[in-house]
Amino acid sequence: MLESAEASAKMRADKLSAWFGDKQALRSISLPLVERKVTAVIGPSGCGKSTFIRCLNRMHEVVAGARTAGDVLLDGKSVYGADVDPVRVRRRVGMVFQKPNPFPTMSVRDNVLAGLRLSGITPPDPDAFVEEVLGQAALWDEVKDALDRPGGALSGGQQQRLCIARCLALEPEVVLMDEPCSSLDPVATAKIEELIHDLRERYTIVVVTHSMQQAARVSDYTAFFYLGELVEYDLADVIFTKPSDPRTEDYITGRFG
Amino acid sequence: MTPELESAYSGRKLASRFATGASSVAVVLALLPLVAVFAYVVSRGARAISIPFFVEPIGERGAGMANAIVGTIQLVFLASAMGIPLGIMAGLYLAEYKATRLARAVRFSADVLAGVPSILVGVVVYAVVVVWMKQFSAFAGAAALAIVMLPLVARTTDELARAVPDSLREAALALGASRWRTALFVVLRTAAPGIRSGCLLAVARVCGETAPLLFTAYNNRFYNDSLLDPTSTLQVQIFTYTMTPNDDWHAQAWAAALVLVAIVIVLGVVARRLLDEKVPG
Amino acid sequence: MTQRALATPPRLPPQPPRSLRFAGMGKSGSADRTFGALGAGAAGALGLVLIGVAVSVARIAWPSIQASGFSFVTTSVWDPSRGVFGALAFVWGTILTSTVALILAVPIGLGVALFLTDLGPPHLRKPVSSLVELLAAIPSVVYGLWAALVLAPILRTTVQPALAKIGGPLFRGPNVGFGILCASLVLAIMLLPTIASVSRDVLRAVPAELREGALALGATPWDAVRLVVLPHARHGVFGAILLGVGRAVGETMAVAAVVGSRADISPSLFAPGYTMSSVIANEFPVASSELHIAALAEVGLLLFVITVAFNVAARILVARSNKSAAGAQA
Repeated sequence: MLESAEASAKMRADKLSAWFGDKQALRSISLPLVERKVTAVIGPSGCGKSTFIRCLNRMHEVVAGARTAGDVLLDGKSVYGADVDPVRVRRRVGMVFQKPNPFPTMSVRDNVLAGLRLSGITPPDPDAFVEEVLGQAALWDEVKDALDRPGGALSGGQQQRLCIARCLALEPEVVLMDEPCSSLDPVATAKIEELIHDLRERYTIVVVTHSMQQAARVSDYTAFFYLGELVEYDLADVIFTKPSDPRTEDYITGRFG
Repeated sequence: MTPELESAYSGRKLASRFATGASSVAVVLALLPLVAVFAYVVSRGARAISIPFFVEPIGERGAGMANAIVGTIQLVFLASAMGIPLGIMAGLYLAEYKATRLARAVRFSADVLAGVPSILVGVVVYAVVVVWMKQFSAFAGAAALAIVMLPLVARTTDELARAVPDSLREAALALGASRWRTALFVVLRTAAPGIRSGCLLAVARVCGETAPLLFTAYNNRFYNDSLLDPTSTLQVQIFTYTMTPNDDWHAQAWAAALVLVAIVIVLGVVARRLLDEKVPG
Repeated sequence: MTQRALATPPRLPPQPPRSLRFAGMGKSGSADRTFGALGAGAAGALGLVLIGVAVSVARIAWPSIQASGFSFVTTSVWDPSRGVFGALAFVWGTILTSTVALILAVPIGLGVALFLTDLGPPHLRKPVSSLVELLAAIPSVVYGLWAALVLAPILRTTVQPALAKIGGPLFRGPNVGFGILCASLVLAIMLLPTIASVSRDVLRAVPAELREGALALGATPWDAVRLVVLPHARHGVFGAILLGVGRAVGETMAVAAVVGSRADISPSLFAPGYTMSSVIANEFPVASSELHIAALAEVGLLLFVITVAFNVAARILVARSNKSAAGAQA
């Protein structure tokens, strides 16, 4: 076990299992997520990697018939405790989805402010706040003249960075990204990867990806999932150079997946 | 093709032509009464409509329908104020808790309620409101119209809110929004253009509803002093005048029909416009 | 799992101060519950309306149910002044007008629906569809006005004399224009848009692959309709017709204006008659005795049971048809 990783974990899954109805999607996953590092979760389709991160901010339970067992700890405290409000968990653990999903009826500006507005908060200086957050998401320069246009009118890559900005506006501690580049072209993908790299300074990041190259480029730690189980977890360098499990090796060398 | 197939094909082609022709005839037959009703309403109505029609209350020769116009507007506004918020609320609930047994049962009964003859709604409001208040009233009429609107608004809201992609709900929930804020500020807002247009269609529908008013709002030759008095409406007045043998009153009825049809069509056109304003993205 | 230990834990750079500007703000819990409760209340109210209609109509009708018993639906003498109430004539009038209206409206409505989905030229489909919807938007009371002042005189002067030459039990009797035939015609006009638009939706729900499959085999459009579309959509089309029946039975104002308002049972289409809904419309506002009101409410109860039965059946058929179409698509 990577003891250092355990020591500096911001979040930790502890024997986490998840089901959709009768179908088990995750089998007793234990995994640390190191503070202000990027952890990539890789694996073939249907291996449970998206389910895994959706369990981290309690989005899994939004789906009808979904349930979990085991635990997820955030700063050492369970997010599944009886007295824990999932809404508060999601405020601290933000999420970016596979397909960019800006609110189509809101302007770019309103999309950035959406998280706060949805919690009934207006920042003291909205314009400065919007600029700051869009700056963090490396989107300000591109949209500063289009703040009143609808969010859906941006390009795909810009929409995805808008979704990242929308998530960052809440100043989360952890940012979960579910295949954030899978619907984007290579140029937009490069921009997002660069952004992930920069965001590591401030946020603990978990990226689900089906692209091993992307995992190798952006992550510090990498976890390989297969059929709902965690096969291997290690420093990214180690996983991609000398994996210890033959299944991991088969996957990263492209023999299946 | 072989000659046999060729001749079979020409037979089938003939059959298809015939079917297309028959369906075209059906269209003509269906649109014929539409044209006829329209032509009469417009020509007879235009001939009868006048300034007194809009400013004088109901009465003998030369009088107008001013109090009936006011009555219809009053009832429709009051009914909308009751029926639309309740209907949207119910529809939103049906969509957000779509799979629950309550939601399914209510959805089904709303569909059935929409098919219940509106005159029975009048009977119920009579039994509950009129008997209780011991008189016919504008309020009772509005309540009846609100009940007619309720399933229409609720089902439209339900359908449109369910069509809002779950990805937007998840986006809001992942931002730490509570369920009700997600429903109001994301789902409702995204579905708003369609819901607005559905509400307008429901308003248009009750503008012409007559049967539930016959023994709730009843009728009144004068302006009603308050919502607790019976009131005249264009709809009921058209029916009353239809059943008389008096040509002047028939003319008044045509004029009222023109006004009513114009209102309904304008609302319908606006509703369609709202729907066509495509949401980008 | 790999067992490995790093010599030294990675050194973290000092964490930039996390702003706590918005921490702890924004509530959920109780507000969510309030919203759920309000929504459930509104939905529940909507669900209760249907039951409320049934219960309160039945309650007013109770004295009549007690007084007349089963003879209410087997006798046709309706005399409020003597307190004798038999509703058979209204049931008869409703059945007769609805049947004649359906015979006219079903083929035409189906023809329109097929024109809109399969047979008509594509550029005409949208305008025709809008016009049919316009037909549905005209208020019932306006149809009543038109039928009483335009249609009935035409029937009297032209149509009924011509039909009378055919003779038979249907086409004889007094020729006044007002009567079962006039009511049936205006009903047919009003049913058309319901039947046409619901059938159109059902036909549209037939998966495109099925149509294209047939057309790719060299089927003509009519072949595709006959062999693939109609068999696939038959339950839904039947449901559309049942919805039409529900509307026909419940339609009030236009029928009340022209049906002739006489509680007689006659096979003649020329004869004046009465329907369940129109007798309520005409007599309820002026009914003075409790028993008269109760009898009218009992007519309403019959009407309610009939329309609900037809609507429930229709909804089930339409929903099943659309679902099986969606299933085939998936």
